[in-house]
Amino acid sequence: PPPRRMYRKEKSIQLKSSSAALYNNLSVLRLPGRQLACFSAVHGPSVNVVSAAADGLGFSHRQLQAKEGGMAVSTSVLTQAAWCVLPSRVLLVLTSQKGIQMYESDGSIMVYWHALDITEHPPAEAVFARGIAAAGGRFICVGTSSGLVLVFDIPPKGTNITVSEVLEEHHDAITDIAAELGQAPDGAGDLVTADDAGTLCVWSAGEEFALLSKIPAFGCTCSSVKLWNGVVAAGYGNGQIRLYEAATGLLRAEVNAHARWIYALDLAPQTGKLLSGAEDSFVHVWKLSRNPDTNDVEIEHCHAECVTDTQVCGARFCDPEGNSFAVTGYDLSEIFRYSQA
Amino acid sequence: MSARTLPLLFLNLGGEMLYILDQRLRAQSIPGEKARKDEWTDVDRKRVMNDIITTMFNKKFMEELFKPQELYSKKALRTVYDRLAHASIMRLNQASMDKLYDLMTMAFKYQVLLCPRPKDILLVTFNHLDAIKDFIRDSPGILNQVDETFRQLIETYSCLSAGEFQLIRQTLLIFFQDMHIRVSIFLKDKVQNSNGRFVLPISGPVPWGTEVPGLIRIFNHNGDEVKRTEFTTDGNYVTPQREGSFDLYGDRVLKLGTNMYSVSRPVETHMSGSSKNLASHAKENIVPNPLAKEELNFLARLLGGMEIKKPGGSETGFRLNLFTTDEEEEHAALTRPEELSYKVINIEAAQEPGRRAELSRILGEMEVAEPRPPSAGKGEDLLALMDGL
Repeated sequence: PPPRRMYRKEKSIQLKSSSAALYNNLSVLRLPGRQLACFSAVHGPSVNVVSAAADGLGFSHRQLQAKEGGMAVSTSVLTQAAWCVLPSRVLLVLTSQKGIQMYESDGSIMVYWHALDITEHPPAEAVFARGIAAAGGRFICVGTSSGLVLVFDIPPKGTNITVSEVLEEHHDAITDIAAELGQAPDGAGDLVTADDAGTLCVWSAGEEFALLSKIPAFGCTCSSVKLWNGVVAAGYGNGQIRLYEAATGLLRAEVNAHARWIYALDLAPQTGKLLSGAEDSFVHVWKLSRNPDTNDVEIEHCHAECVTDTQVCGARFCDPEGNSFAVTGYDLSEIFRYSQA
Repeated sequence: MSARTLPLLFLNLGGEMLYILDQRLRAQSIPGEKARKDEWTDVDRKRVMNDIITTMFNKKFMEELFKPQELYSKKALRTVYDRLAHASIMRLNQASMDKLYDLMTMAFKYQVLLCPRPKDILLVTFNHLDAIKDFIRDSPGILNQVDETFRQLIETYSCLSAGEFQLIRQTLLIFFQDMHIRVSIFLKDKVQNSNGRFVLPISGPVPWGTEVPGLIRIFNHNGDEVKRTEFTTDGNYVTPQREGSFDLYGDRVLKLGTNMYSVSRPVETHMSGSSKNLASHAKENIVPNPLAKEELNFLARLLGGMEIKKPGGSETGFRLNLFTTDEEEEHAALTRPEELSYKVINIEAAQEPGRRAELSRILGEMEVAEPRPPSAGKGEDLLALMDGL
């Protein structure tokens, strides 16, 4: 059957500078009731933050810089930027080679800075923070290159942010962290963390985080991960997407999705649509579901989009149903947008 | 980000530099017995190649290179290649050196971008080294040095994971970000678009270890496969036949990093302002002094390890022009867009007098000799030979 065309290309959003080839290099914030969507993409030592009105008229741009952190003389590169939505507030979190910066959601004020402890890392190894997610309605979790996951306790307002816990289960650099986007069945966990080796850990969030299951690596980096209704969706360096039961770690589906390294996954929680973007120039839309009789997890392909001559580095749905999505690519100074035809 | 990027960056750029210089020198050489005293010969060409390769693979220099460290700016790295290119009797004007560096960087950017797996950057490096070994195959002493570096590469990189290689690749891509200089040979081969962006094919062999996209497998709670479906796209991929060799000798399979130049395919660039986003160049122009200090330290360490052979007393340096004529070279120098200029490092920016003095001494050896009067140098008559290139 010929490839299906469910989405059509819309007008791009121009950026002040190009996007870097970094995993999960696009974050989208949709503020319901305000008709405003915000986009952020890391350029390198800075991040572009764009606010677009839903009617397409008017954009405002802001560029935030990686903080040098005291005595350091060399420039620092940002590894990721992501909005974290908590019940009481939204923070924009930036991770870099020096540490973690947290801003008010419009990027206007930095409310917290956490410097990475260089001595914790073996010499000659790269030092950086990477992997950002809000969890448990109260925490923001950030990963590091040594495999640690820092859990920050975020007060409803103000700057009194503290490190509540450090999770030490990974032995390789953290690549991505994702919180449960839907309804977790019992025991299925609130959070999944992924690392360079391809190991996945599923956690329950709280005053003390607890490890619920560990999904072993199979030899490929897991660069992007999502958690929805107790299903872990993981994207790998060999172009595969795998679906696992979060509670048990059982493999439920294996998709030969891309011809090259996957850089981004996203999930639309209202419909179970899954978005994947990779170095092969393709962005795919899939549909996840649960067979009510067998309880098997199913995945079907919905749409293929070839972003010509582009290595995709970020891909996000712009709404909870997955009616539209946005894409960034290495060396590109624009955000491509697509919406359902 | 990755502290292991510099050796790969340096060796691959160096390899491209040698391809270009070799092609230009070949295009201009005269058979030995027919050449006048002031004309290029095959012997001269081999000598230039030997001198540069010897300097590149100097043991002390390699030691500094392989130390874990962050990448420095393009202009700091450019200073190292300036010195390298002048490691022999050959001389290059600023415009030719700029063009050389443009070609080197765009070529390696292309190779990094198109590597099927991040680990394949190592195969690209081996392709360059294999070619370098061929350039000096008649000189066992230098051959040993290159093999030593080869072994050090294998030792340093063979055990890295795919994730670590991807970090190296991402570090390199940040280094090359926003560079869109159009290269004639790339445009002709249709691997680069007229806007300076590279063509990314969606057909051909998938990387080693990746499956051709299309298959979806579903498993039940017992782990049994219960369903298979297929999806299709515009892509047209096939399974690769074999993996390239990561040994000292072997078939690399990958063509990236092999010599794409030949006498019949000359090198040209278009200085194009087509790159809309010059933000990365703008950022380098506002680099504050403290950053320059760390870069100077890096240069002093690296260049201190280079042992440049000075030309003998009676010999004069002679010029290689990367353009077709002197006029073209002059014109290129005058019209190079501001945003594409590689600003030379300002030594005076160094705060430490001791470090500044040391670097001045080292860089002093690099001083390019002023062009000699026509009777003395090979440079002038060289120009007459460049017609028709």
